[in-house]
Order: sequence, then C-alpha cells, then structure tokens
Amino acid sequence: MIELQAVNKRFNPGQSNECRALADIDLRLERGGITVFTGPSGSGKTTLLTLIGCLARPTSGRISLDGRLLSNLPERFLTEVRRHTFGFVFQQFNLIRGLTVLENVMLPAYPLGRPYRELTAGARALLARFGLEPKAGSKVEWLSGGEAQRTALARALINDPAVIVADEPTANLDSRLSREVLGLLDDLAAQGRTVLVSSHDPLVFEAARVRRRLELRDGRLVGDHPC
Amino acid sequence: MRVAFERQKYLIDYTLAALLRRKTRNLGLLLVYALLVFLFASVLLLSQGLRREAAALLQDAPEVIVQRLAAGRHDLLPADWLDSLRRIRGVSDARGRLWGYYYDPAVKANYTVMAAAERPLAEGEILIGAALARVRAIGVGDVFSLRAASGPPALFKVAGILEPSSELLSADLLLLSESGFRALFQFPPERYTDAVLTVSNPREASTVARKIALALPSSRPILRSEMLRTYDAVFDWREGVTFLALAAPLLAFAVLAWDKAAGLSAEEKREIGILKAIGWETGDILRMKLWEGALLSLTAFLLGYLLAWWQVFHGGARLFAPILKGWAVLYPDFRLTPTVDPGQILIVLAVTVVPYIVATLVPGWRAAIADPDAAMRG
Ligand SMILES: Nc1ncnc2c1ncn2[C@@H]1O[C@H](COP(=O)(O)OP(=O)(O)O)[C@@H](O)[C@H]1O
Ligand SMILES: [Mg+2]
Repeated sequence: MIELQAVNKRFNPGQSNECRALADIDLRLERGGITVFTGPSGSGKTTLLTLIGCLARPTSGRISLDGRLLSNLPERFLTEVRRHTFGFVFQQFNLIRGLTVLENVMLPAYPLGRPYRELTAGARALLARFGLEPKAGSKVEWLSGGEAQRTALARALINDPAVIVADEPTANLDSRLSREVLGLLDDLAAQGRTVLVSSHDPLVFEAARVRRRLELRDGRLVGDHPC
Repeated sequence: MRVAFERQKYLIDYTLAALLRRKTRNLGLLLVYALLVFLFASVLLLSQGLRREAAALLQDAPEVIVQRLAAGRHDLLPADWLDSLRRIRGVSDARGRLWGYYYDPAVKANYTVMAAAERPLAEGEILIGAALARVRAIGVGDVFSLRAASGPPALFKVAGILEPSSELLSADLLLLSESGFRALFQFPPERYTDAVLTVSNPREASTVARKIALALPSSRPILRSEMLRTYDAVFDWREGVTFLALAAPLLAFAVLAWDKAAGLSAEEKREIGILKAIGWETGDILRMKLWEGALLSLTAFLLGYLLAWWQVFHGGARLFAPILKGWAVLYPDFRLTPTVDPGQILIVLAVTVVPYIVATLVPGWRAAIADPDAAMRG
C-alpha cells in the first residue's frame, strides 16, 4: 500500500554541511502488522518515517499511498492525507504542556470540527482503553513516562488512522513500560492497523505481530528480514 | 458550515488556553497595550469633543462681528457706527457689545466680563459662571467684590448662576448690566467693545463684510466661518503637538509588541511544529494566530477605549485637558457631551489593532510553513 521508489533525502543540499540522510530507497510496505526499522543512530530511521508519514518531502524519488502519488501533492492535500491516514507517536512524546491529557488527545481533531460531545466521548473512550481515565483532567507535565507515552498513543488514534508511526517508542521507557507500550502496539496491529516502528531496542522484536524487520545503515536499506 | 463553526470554536478554545498558559507575558502586554489605546483615544476623543463643543458654541455666535482698528490694534467702537452699519444693504440689525477681561488675583485667573444684553439686571447685580462660582465658593445672594477702575472695590450681588448647555465658554463668565459694566471699568460712554450684526442672508455674509470694509475703512469685519476655521486650526495644532508627544511611547510599544508578537519563543515554535505534525494545516495555525492577535488586541482596545471614553466624558479629562484646552483657565469640572463616533473608532482600531494582528500573524505563518518533521526530532 505504501511504496517508495528511488527515494533520496538530503539535508542542506548544496551547502558545506550537506547530509545525505537517505539514499536510493526502494520499498513496498503492505497493509497490516508491525514493521520495524532498525539500524544504528544516524542511519536514517527517523528521516524515513517522516517521509512515509508525509511530514517532509523527499529530495528526489516517488512515494505513493494506495497507488496515489504523494510526493508532488500540494501541502494542503498532503496535510489532509497525513491527518486521515497517519497517527504519530514521537520519541519525545511531544505533548503540549499546559493542556490536560484530554485536551492533548483531542487536539488532532480540532481542525476537523467534529461536534464537541462526540469528540470528547471518543477521546474519553481512548483514555479508558489505555487506563488513563483518572488522568483525563491532569496537565500533561505531571505525567510519568509511561502515562505520557500512552497519552501520545491515544492522541495518535483520535482521528482513527490506518497507519500508526512510532519513532523509538521505547527509548525513554524502562523494560516494563516498554513491554506495556509494545503490547498496546500489538493490539493495534491486531485490530488491522498498520504499525511502523523505528527502534534499535531488541525488546521490540518480541512483539507478536512483528511481520518484518528492515535494516538501515548510512541511509541505505541493507537488510529485509521477514519475521 | 456547522463544521467551520465548530472548528473556529476549537481554535478559540486552544488560543485562550495558549494565552492563559503565558499569563504573565500576555497580561503585561495587554496592560501596556490598553494604556496606549487609552492615551491615543483620550487625545482623539477630547480634541474631537472640544471641537464639537466649539462648533456648537459658534453656532449661536453672530454671523459677523465688527471691530474697530486703530493703528492695527483693536480699539473701542463709536456708537454712531451702529447706524452706519444698519444702513448697509444686507444687514438687518447691528448691536454694540460690551465685554472685557478681569484678572482675579485670588484665583490667578481671567474672567470674561460682559454686559448682559438679553437679561434685565439691576446695576448692582451680577450673574456668574458655574466654574467661577465653584472656585470662589459663592452662590446666589452672596456679595461679590471686584476692583473697580476708579479704585475702591465695587460690590455686586450674585443674582444667579449661569447654567448653559455648554460650560466651555460660560465657566468663567461674569454678566453685568450695561451701566454696571461702564461704571466698573470707567468705560467711555457712547463706545462699545465691538458690534455684532444680523445678516438677512447668511450666505452673503462675505459680501456684507466687503461692503463694511469699504464703508468704514478702519473697521475689521470677522465672519463666523473664519472663527470656526481658527478654532479648528488651534485644535489641529494642539492635537498634533499631543500626538507628537505620544509618538515616543507609541513607538516604544510598537517595538515591544513586534518583539513579543513576532519573536516566537522556542516553545511556541515547537508547539506549532507539533500541531502541524498531528494534522493541523498551515491555515489552521494562521487562524489560531489570528484569534490570538485579535483576542488580545481587541480586549486591549476595548479596555483602553472605554477607559478613555469614561475619563474624557465623565472624569473631566484631567490628563490631557491642560494641553488641549489651553486657552481657558477656569475649567476644573468641565464636561463634554458624550458621543460615539464610528469613524473615529475605526481609526483607533486601524492604528492599534491591525498592526498587532499582523505582527502575530507573520511569524506564525513563517513557523507554520516549515516542514513539520522537526517535531520528530524534538
Ligand atoms: N534537520 C536536519 N538537518 C541536517 N541533518 C539532519 C537533519 N535531520 C537529520 N539529519 C541527519 O540525517 C541523518 C539521519 O538522521 P535520522 O534520520 O535522525 O537517523 P536515526 O533516526 O536513524 O538516528 C543523520 O546523519 C542526521 O544528522
Ligand atoms: Mg531517530
């Protein structure tokens, strides 16, 4: 469903600090299951996820989603695709300080203008599912790492996206919390969502539904291991 | 339609929360901003109010005033001029006026003293302006003493307080009978301070003035329209000076506002990046920024303008009155008639609110058009 053809990404092209973060990536990702991107730090995992998730455009190459070419879409349509197709879980959680857990979860849906009642009900249901109901009214800066990660996950799901993109979801968590988050990602895959994870944490491969492991090094795909 | 409405509601919600999150900064900004609107609006409201007052005043003023000049200076007007004036075609009536100034060392102020033409007053009676009555703490029935030109003080009985619609000119007014006036100042008989004319057709006032100048070469006819222009010029000048004095704080605020609004903090940039990453469009961010600018600046505007309105029309305009009124001395408690002028509100809005909104929009836009991938890197 997601297809990359000869994708390159350069940062600061033409300047002395030019950096080739991704080189000639050809890749086809099928719907469903968990796909893990591995590789050492700086190998391009995050960059690849931002391109797939329409957060940035490739310097060259083509990216398409369900046969629809994304790389030349105007920014408005790209946002539209991103909003409805992808939910993001960031390494640093990226919750908005000063807002409550509930507000943070509802945030991605604001521009859609869904009726308030319906939206809060949906957000609360997600919080209940992740055991965060008692925290709904708390400001996010008071959350523990695990709670923050689950809040981020709930936020990623509020617009009911088909694909969940999680960048190093266990990097800031201890083993117990890591297993917990992986369990949740596993559940999402079980529901039929596509889960894309970057990680160099061996724990990640324990998740039951890891379908495929892709290995990156210096911006190139160097390994493709079905699991 | 409903969706668009809901979306704006969410955006306002978010904006309010964002404003509250940076409470100290925004509150400080709001106060400085409101103060500026207050100063600016005060000057505008006050000068406009005074201008309107002066215009209303001159509405009742005579079409033409005739003075006599001697060596280019104002001289007393002989009574037989009145007959010559009445004979001029277009003049329906001419009336001599007696008026002058009286310096009161007790309050260090000049009063305007006039012989009352329309009111029957006995020689020892006097009518005084409300402000004057307040300052000297006297009322009806009290005795008011004035230094006579002949030496010994002349005593007058206060027969009434002048309570006209506009206190602007009558505040420091003293009205005497004609004989009282002549006695007090030892004013020569058969002489007047100046003359006022009634013209049959006000539109021909300038023609009449030309004829007067021909018939009485040492006369100076003054038209009401000329007086209006002079008033306007004086107000314009004073308004200009005041605005110039306000320019410094205005500029300082502009710099401050630009800096505060334009210099997005790292935190705000991060937030914009996150919002974009989780599905907000550039347009959503701009709308949010628009709300932010509008909410803050409109609140400041309302606060400042209402405060200015209140202080100009109900607080006696203590702040700017001395500069803007200037020529008058006794206006401790004078009141302008409250008015609301949409055009003027638009001006204040345009110079205060619009620049601020632009100042918040531009950097928001700059942050919003960047690729949101920075959110992934924190
Ligand atoms: N905004 C950027 N500007 C310049 N170089 C960048 C930027 N983002 C990432 N890079 C570089 O791109 C390469 C890949 O980075 P990244 O995708 O974050 O790797 P990983 O997530 O595997 O650690 C690195 O060498 C990194 O320094
Ligand atoms: Mg990374």
